[in-house]
Amino acid sequence: MTSPSPLSDLGNPTSLGVALTRAFARHGDALAHIEADRDRENGRLTYRDLEARSGGLAAWLAERGFGPGDRAAIVMSNQARWHVAAAAVFRRGGVLVPLDFKLSAAEQVALLAHAKPKVVFAEWHLLRAQGGVAEFASLGIADVVATDVPPGQEIARPAAARATPFDETTGAGAPSATTRDAGAVPDEPAPISVPPTVERAPEDVACLVYSSGTGGRPKGCQLTHGNYLAQFDALAQLHPLGPGTRYLSILPTNHAIDFMVGFLGPYFRGATVVHLRTLRPEFVRDAFPRYRITHMALVPLVLKNLETGLRRRFDELPPLRRAVFEGLVRLNVALSGGRPRPAIARRLLRPVHDAFGGRLEALFVGGAYSAPDTLRFFHRLGIPVANGYGLTEAGTAITLDRLDPPQPETVGTPLPGIELTIADPGPDGIGEVRVRSPMIMRGYLDDPELTAETFAEGWLCTGDLGRLTEGGALQLVGRRKNMIVTEGGKNVYPEDVEIAFAGLAPDLCLFAAHWLWPGTARDERLVLVARPDPERPSEDVLFAEIETRNRRLPEHQRASAVLFWSEEFPRTASMKVKRGVLAEYLRERSAPDRMRPLA
Amino acid sequence: MSTPNETLEEILDLAARHFDVSRDTLAPDDDFFAKLRIDSLKALELLSRLEGHFGVELPDWEMQGVTDFRTLSERIHARR
Repeated sequence: MTSPSPLSDLGNPTSLGVALTRAFARHGDALAHIEADRDRENGRLTYRDLEARSGGLAAWLAERGFGPGDRAAIVMSNQARWHVAAAAVFRRGGVLVPLDFKLSAAEQVALLAHAKPKVVFAEWHLLRAQGGVAEFASLGIADVVATDVPPGQEIARPAAARATPFDETTGAGAPSATTRDAGAVPDEPAPISVPPTVERAPEDVACLVYSSGTGGRPKGCQLTHGNYLAQFDALAQLHPLGPGTRYLSILPTNHAIDFMVGFLGPYFRGATVVHLRTLRPEFVRDAFPRYRITHMALVPLVLKNLETGLRRRFDELPPLRRAVFEGLVRLNVALSGGRPRPAIARRLLRPVHDAFGGRLEALFVGGAYSAPDTLRFFHRLGIPVANGYGLTEAGTAITLDRLDPPQPETVGTPLPGIELTIADPGPDGIGEVRVRSPMIMRGYLDDPELTAETFAEGWLCTGDLGRLTEGGALQLVGRRKNMIVTEGGKNVYPEDVEIAFAGLAPDLCLFAAHWLWPGTARDERLVLVARPDPERPSEDVLFAEIETRNRRLPEHQRASAVLFWSEEFPRTASMKVKRGVLAEYLRERSAPDRMRPLA
Repeated sequence: MSTPNETLEEILDLAARHFDVSRDTLAPDDDFFAKLRIDSLKALELLSRLEGHFGVELPDWEMQGVTDFRTLSERIHARR
């Protein structure tokens, strides 16, 4: 049973640069990109425009001596220039380092120091903030290219670097193809000679992706061209985006999910990507009907917010209309056999679907734990929300719910080409999830020790605990490693948070609630476990101080509750708290209702 | 045209009223997420409110990383 690979349309390329160049040529006049800001449109790009601008930038990079294997970092929010810069880097055979623009300037500078890029593409104000970090000046960057430069403003740059406004590098005019940008075209009228796209082998590194922003040890995942092409191939078999697909990209493009489904995937298939430079809810809502959105990926937190908004609207319906509506929902479930079928649901539940623009075909959710009830809520309305599970190290997605029928208690079944096993399962079938596939990274940059810890006999050890259902779907139950992923898809390292409370109590430990009470509290709340010092004043004083320090933490690191625990924490010989052992104790001896919620 | 200080005062007044906290508890260098006990969604609400009040547009990308009233006020003042 062999079906033609989605990559065969592009002549089975071996690198992302070649694949993009061929896709740009193949889809020529089709609409590739829309950039909007609030209720305005900044510009539209056809595939031909993308070809011209990334070609112009590739020529500029070549002139600066940027070639195969050289690294270029992007620190930008979602906009057309992100895609143009990334495509140009790949056309030069370079290695792309997509950094999280939401990290603090100090964190960004630390990652730049680790990644050692030759070129950095960044928004002007982010560079300005980085300029305030002492180490920035000594970064060995050759060129800084800035977008969004206010008129007459200097671009912050390391001492040894040159600085250039982005629109002077693409040659073919500003990426936002509107007349207002015409002035940005540099003075050289000579036609640019675009160098041919550099071929790379499948095993060459395409991207260096940092899977953690905080914590002392940067984890730079080296993902190859072959990794990305294999991932695209697998996803396109399940969701063959194509001309007519309108993908609304609201996750940051540096995020592994959006990089695949909001950049490479749509362009390889001739689809259209919509970027919004404002993510205020009212403008995101308007974008669905305005741009006839068909697909979107989001994190569980956003999905939950959508659910809350819709439930509030349903609750406001007068009783009779509410009853009619509930009847229609039941009819929809019956007619569609429990599978979300937008074609049927759009007729029965029109107002709901109109709110999503009436064209929606699929929502992908991943990056953290989604509550089955939330998923069910959307499925019953006929909105196909496909839950998935993945890791940057595994080349993005590992499993995806095929919705045939939906399995909201799981994260779906492995993608084509992925082998998944549960290592050393206990009697309940639960063990560590391990993965083997052509999509797995080559290892962490400059960290053979960590790389060795992450692999076991060719399998990637995910650190996640799970079991397989009879149908082969994966059910996740917790995490082996200490890392906690919040509902917003942010990684929290307990050690980082515990430092903020240092000195308050002799023993402190941060857990995700589901770690302590699996099955009863499977949510992502953070719980700080503290042992009050018997010599010190009351628990209330300690509680107040914890509350104060907690508020100073970044939102995603804040604990939701404190659990006071009077016994000494179990520790290793080197005095590290044995988290697993402690969790076992707490699981057996304390109840979730003993927690004191933090404001 | 008001002075930077007046802009800052107006912001503090507005934030106090909008989130119903005592004006005296807010200082220019306070982290408004912590002081007002708000999340990023609520912060966007505050931004929209300030935009309406001052008649300016504050791009999300420019506000990335801004957490204290003083910097917020500088950004607003620069756009007036």
